[in-house]
Amino acid sequence: MPKVIDNTQIGPMVWKMRVEVPRLVNKAKAGQFVIIRVNDEGERVPMSIAGLDRENGLLTIIYQVVGKTSALMTTVEAGGEISDCVGPLGIPSHVDNWGTAVLVGGGIGIAPIYPIAQAYKEAGNKVITIVGARSKEFLFYEEEHKSIADDLHVCTDDGSYGHHGFVSDVLQKLIDDGVKIGMIMAIGPVPMMRVVANQTREHEIPTWVSLNPLMIDGTGMCGGCRVQIGEETKFACVDGPDFDGHKVDFETMTKRLGAYKEQERAAMKRFMAEPGCKLSPAVQEFKYPDEK
Amino acid sequence: MTEDLKNMPKKERMKIPRQSMPEQEPQVRVKNFQEVPHGLTEEQALLEAARCIDCKKQPCIAGCPVEVDIPAFIKLILEKDYAAAARKIKETNSLPAVCGRVCPQEEQCEMVCTLAKKHKPVAIGYLERYVADYERENNLVEPPEIAPSTGKKVAIVGSGPAGLTVAGDLIKLGHAVTIFEALHKPGGVLVYGIPEFRLPKVIVQAECDAMGDVGVGFENSTVIGKMDTIDELFEMGYDAVFIGTGAGLPNFMGVPGENLIGVYSSNEYLTRANLMRAFDFPNNDTPIIEGKNVAVLGGGNTAMDSVRTALRLGADNGYIVYRRSEQEMPARIEEIHHAKEEGVQFHLLTTPIKFIDDGEGRVCGMECLKMELGEPDASGRRRPVPIEGSNFVMDVDLVVVAIGNSSNPLIPQTTPGLKVNRWGNITVNEETMETSREGVFAGGDIVTGGATVILAAGAGKVAARAIHDYISKK
Repeated sequence: MPKVIDNTQIGPMVWKMRVEVPRLVNKAKAGQFVIIRVNDEGERVPMSIAGLDRENGLLTIIYQVVGKTSALMTTVEAGGEISDCVGPLGIPSHVDNWGTAVLVGGGIGIAPIYPIAQAYKEAGNKVITIVGARSKEFLFYEEEHKSIADDLHVCTDDGSYGHHGFVSDVLQKLIDDGVKIGMIMAIGPVPMMRVVANQTREHEIPTWVSLNPLMIDGTGMCGGCRVQIGEETKFACVDGPDFDGHKVDFETMTKRLGAYKEQERAAMKRFMAEPGCKLSPAVQEFKYPDEK
Repeated sequence: MTEDLKNMPKKERMKIPRQSMPEQEPQVRVKNFQEVPHGLTEEQALLEAARCIDCKKQPCIAGCPVEVDIPAFIKLILEKDYAAAARKIKETNSLPAVCGRVCPQEEQCEMVCTLAKKHKPVAIGYLERYVADYERENNLVEPPEIAPSTGKKVAIVGSGPAGLTVAGDLIKLGHAVTIFEALHKPGGVLVYGIPEFRLPKVIVQAECDAMGDVGVGFENSTVIGKMDTIDELFEMGYDAVFIGTGAGLPNFMGVPGENLIGVYSSNEYLTRANLMRAFDFPNNDTPIIEGKNVAVLGGGNTAMDSVRTALRLGADNGYIVYRRSEQEMPARIEEIHHAKEEGVQFHLLTTPIKFIDDGEGRVCGMECLKMELGEPDASGRRRPVPIEGSNFVMDVDLVVVAIGNSSNPLIPQTTPGLKVNRWGNITVNEETMETSREGVFAGGDIVTGGATVILAAGAGKVAARAIHDYISKK
């Protein structure tokens, strides 16, 4: 069973876990993902790869507490184990030299664009990275991104750090300033990816997004992760997770993400109310958006 | 009593009625996931074994896809040496506890049984199950004799019936065997597809544990084609590779609304229910939609499994929607019978043309067309033809699409030189199960398309022999 080296909170409801899976790390490439199972009763959940330390065989995943399984993940102690870490899954991000490549990371998406930015840089691109979050405390990986990007733009919705506004505002300014963008990779909450795809469509700038539908097996066997791309139905786990943002049916995907809303909420409430609940005080503060 | 049975004249034996399988009552079992049949009692097993008239022709052997020596194992039952009977079966079929439960005997051994002409055939399947269960439950499973180590290594991709059979045979011959399984538990379709009420998972686990006990290595949660390719397995020192990855690509209808919430492939529905134990949510974390009016599309065993699972998850109405008539349904007769007893409603000669959105992205209805049977198609079955204007809407909140599976493309896509046919099935030499790549063998659904456990097990036997010959010469 894979060993967890460390598991620490890095922001409000945002945690960073490093898992020792040397063979997987050796094989994995930027843009791929893994499927995690915490224990034997646990569900299989996909997690984007946020870092690959090939020297030490460590995989970094950055996750947000959004329900029972992510909350359960926070209780795994350094030196503890998880049941499974399957991968590397999905098709690696396509890497080429487009001249100037822009990476846009919103919220938790700030993590997976980091290894992709590294790959783009190694391919000879000028890398412009735009990261954004709700407020200063939700930002992370600034040093990491600074070490890769030729230009790094940081923004917060509330202006508590960096540019006051959304990642799409910064991107729009680049477009309006006539920057010749060869390629955009956007990862973040679905509404963010949708906005970015919409704003670049008329300018015909190739825009790729990384989709995060619900998954079970991750090997193309069940079709649970199916997404509508143009006229076709594709499986995000084997045909993606990257897709042409201009063709993605974001609306259907958003709806499908809500398939188990009621069950998820019931499971989370039950978990948080368990006697001997091992959640840290910070995680015990968890509330659904409509409860705040 | 047994002496009486053994010496009973043929005429008297033929008067013994075919024994009925004791089962859970339908209205009880539709609320639980426990196994439906209880298994014959010893008395019943002896009576049933006595029904075999030990005819000269023995058509049952040829009727079995792997030619189990049926008359021989039945004789051992009459000797009351049930463990020996199980061992006799295992000479040709390594998974009798499974096959006794899931083989379509009515199309195989029991169809050609001499008694079937004028009476009911010997319940060969019930007897196979009886002896396999007896052996396991009384701890009489003898670990096989293992030949001295040959120093050769074989990689098996996929832990379903084909892969397990290859592993079981090769380990006995002294080779080192490792099974790579993508999911977190071994067994393949035996553990993710076939429900608990038809095949208890402790049986599958017992088979895998027995193999582990004699040295078969299991690497679960390892996806060959992603973690390592087949070529990399050879670089790692394996002398041969067997591909038993199954028919793991769900077929959808391709009609509007198929991506609505509440429309599942049978693979997803059954994997959630069986492997991920969603029937015990929230003690297990994987949820499943518990529809009240559930339509399952298809007429095979997977469709029966899906609709019966839906009833157990609390559906008020479970419908089978199949475009042909009952005679054409490929499911085991026993499972169609079980489904009817449990209250499944059959909408035959019906096909869906559209799934209806409730306005929030969930399925709330299914528009269908009635069909009539026309001329036979390529499969030999009469082709269903839509009746124009016969449209009607079924009120459903959950749909399971169980119309079959195609071959999962992951291995063919990552193994250069591996020939597949136009449906993605791996082409093999029928005598040896070797593929177009030297040292790479394949069997089971990845070669035939979706078929049965016994065919996969049979292919495994052939492949194991050929692999042994191949690596022994290296």
